[in-house]
Amino acid sequence: MVLVYAEATNGQFKKMAHEVVVYGKKTADVLGTECHALVLGDASGAEDLGRFGASKVHQLKSPNLEKFDAAVYTVAVAEAAKKLGATVIVLSHNSTGKSICGRLAARLEAGSVPGANAIPMMKDGFFTVRKPVFSGKAFADVQLLTDVKIISVAGNSIPVEELGQGGTTVEALDITLPEPRTKVVKHQVATGRVPLPEAELVVSGGRGLKGPENWGVVEDLAEALGATTACSRPVADSDWRPHHEHVGQTGVAIRPNLYIAAGISGAIQHLAGVNNSKTIVVINKDADAPFFKAADYGVVGDLFEVLPRLTEAVKKYKGQ
Amino acid sequence: MKLLVCVSKTPETTTKIQLTGDGGDIDTTGVQYIMNPYDEWYALVRALELKEAAGGSVTILNVGPADNDSVIRKGLAIGADDAVRIDVTEEKDSLYTARQIAEYARAESYDIVFFGKETISYNGSEVGAMVAEFLDVPYIGEASKLEMNGTQATVTRDIEGGEEVIELETPFAISSAKGLAEQRIPNMRGIMMAKRKPLKVVPPTDFPDTTRIAHYDKPEEKGSVKLIDADNMDELVRLLHEEAKVI
Repeated sequence: MVLVYAEATNGQFKKMAHEVVVYGKKTADVLGTECHALVLGDASGAEDLGRFGASKVHQLKSPNLEKFDAAVYTVAVAEAAKKLGATVIVLSHNSTGKSICGRLAARLEAGSVPGANAIPMMKDGFFTVRKPVFSGKAFADVQLLTDVKIISVAGNSIPVEELGQGGTTVEALDITLPEPRTKVVKHQVATGRVPLPEAELVVSGGRGLKGPENWGVVEDLAEALGATTACSRPVADSDWRPHHEHVGQTGVAIRPNLYIAAGISGAIQHLAGVNNSKTIVVINKDADAPFFKAADYGVVGDLFEVLPRLTEAVKKYKGQ
Repeated sequence: MKLLVCVSKTPETTTKIQLTGDGGDIDTTGVQYIMNPYDEWYALVRALELKEAAGGSVTILNVGPADNDSVIRKGLAIGADDAVRIDVTEEKDSLYTARQIAEYARAESYDIVFFGKETISYNGSEVGAMVAEFLDVPYIGEASKLEMNGTQATVTRDIEGGEEVIELETPFAISSAKGLAEQRIPNMRGIMMAKRKPLKVVPPTDFPDTTRIAHYDKPEEKGSVKLIDADNMDELVRLLHEEAKVI
C-alpha cells in the first residue's frame, strides 16, 4: 500500500496536498496496490481526499501535533506506515516534507528520493524515481533498493486530477507520540500571493529594473496575471527585494507554468533555478542576452515600456 | 560550545553539466569543485561567529576521498579549528553519508551540528534530518537566523511564504539558508594557518546502499525562441493563451 502524508495548513488542504495524493494514487497503480492518505491533526475536508485517489483516509489527532516538530511528525508518519503496512510513503517536498523526509528514511532505514518530479516506474526490475539534480541542469533516475521506499514530490510536478469519489471513510489512528522538544513561538505567513515554490505564474525582475523604486511595473503585471513576483540574485544581494524572492541555483528552484523574466540576462546559475518552467518569456533590451536561448517567447525592448503594455494587454484579455 | 559543520564538495556554480556517452554518469572532465555554497557561506560562518562570541570550537567534517582535502583546507582557512574526513572513496547515497556523520558525531557530543540547506549538486536537503534522527536530537531545516543564549537557541526558519520562530535547547542539528550569516573570504594568514591545522582521517562504518542512480539525462533543449514585436503585446497574450495554454 502507498501511504500519502497529506499536509493540512491551518486545517485546510492546499493544492500541494492534492498533488501528492494524485502522485500516490498513480504510484499505487504502477505497483497494483491501493493508495491511502494520512492526515495529522485537525483538518476539514479529509473525506474529500478520495476525489484525488485515496481509497481510505487515516487521521491521527494528538495535542503533540498542534505545532510542527520534525521529530514528532516523523514518529507519527513512520508508526502509521508500520501499522498500516505501507511499502511506499509519499510526502510534499516543501518545508515540512524536507524536515521529515530524511528523518523518516533514517528511522525506517529506507531509501528515499527527495524532490521527485515524475511518477515512479518499474525499470530493469527496479522501482525507479526521477528527480532533478544539479539544480535542474540534469535529471537522475534513482533506484530504491529497500522494502520500504520514501518519496517527496516537488511542487507543480504533476497536474491535479480527479481520480475518484469524495466521501471517503476517515478512520481514526491511535499512535502514542513523544513530547515535542521544540517550541514554535511565532508562525507568520504572508496572506494574498501564492508562495513562490507553489506559484503557477511568476513575474521576475533583474538588474535591468535599475533600482527597487522601479518594481511597480513588475508588480502591476503580477497583479494583472495573479502571479507571484521573483528576482535574480544580484537584486536580492543588493537588498532591492527580499531574499525569499531570489530564484536560481543558490535561491529557490521553481517550475511554474509561466515564468516571465524582465531585465534578467540569464546567467547559468539563474537558468538552473527556472529552466524546468513550462513556458519562459524573456523581455530584454539586449537582443544578445543569453536568456533568449532558453526562452519560448522573447521580446526585445525596453522593459519600462514593454511591461506596462503587457499589463494592459493582460487586463484587456481578462476583461473579455 | 562544541560545534560541528558538515561540508560537501560540489561542482562550481557556473559548471555546465555534461554526461558520459550512455548517461551512466556525470562527465567530470574539467569540472572545478568548490565547497557547497550553503555550507561555506552560512553554516560555517555562523558557527564561527558563535564560537567568537561564546568560546568553544568549530570542527569541519566531510565524507569523501582525499581529493576533498582542498575544500576542507579552505574551511580551515576561513577559521575552523580542525577537521575530520571520513574516508569514503566511492559515491554513496545520503543515508550512508548521514550514518557516517552520526557515528562520528555521537562519540563527540557536539552542541550543534550544522548543515547547508541542500547541496547544489544532488539537491537532496535530507542528510541533516537523517543525522538528527540517528542522533535522536531536534532538527530545524532552512534556518535564516540563529541566536544562542547559553544552551537556549532561538531559530527562525523559512517556510512557504513566511517564517517560523522556534525555541529549543542544545544539542540539535540545523540546516542553513541565506540570511544566517555573511560569506567570509579567507585571508593570507588564514590560508597559511590552515596548512598546520589538524585534519583527521577516519575509516567509514559499514552500511548498506539504499538507493542507486541508474541513469542521468539532460533536460530537453528548448526550440528556437519566438520573437514578438515590442509594440504587439496583444499577440504575446494570445500566444500564451492559445499556443502555450498557460493563461
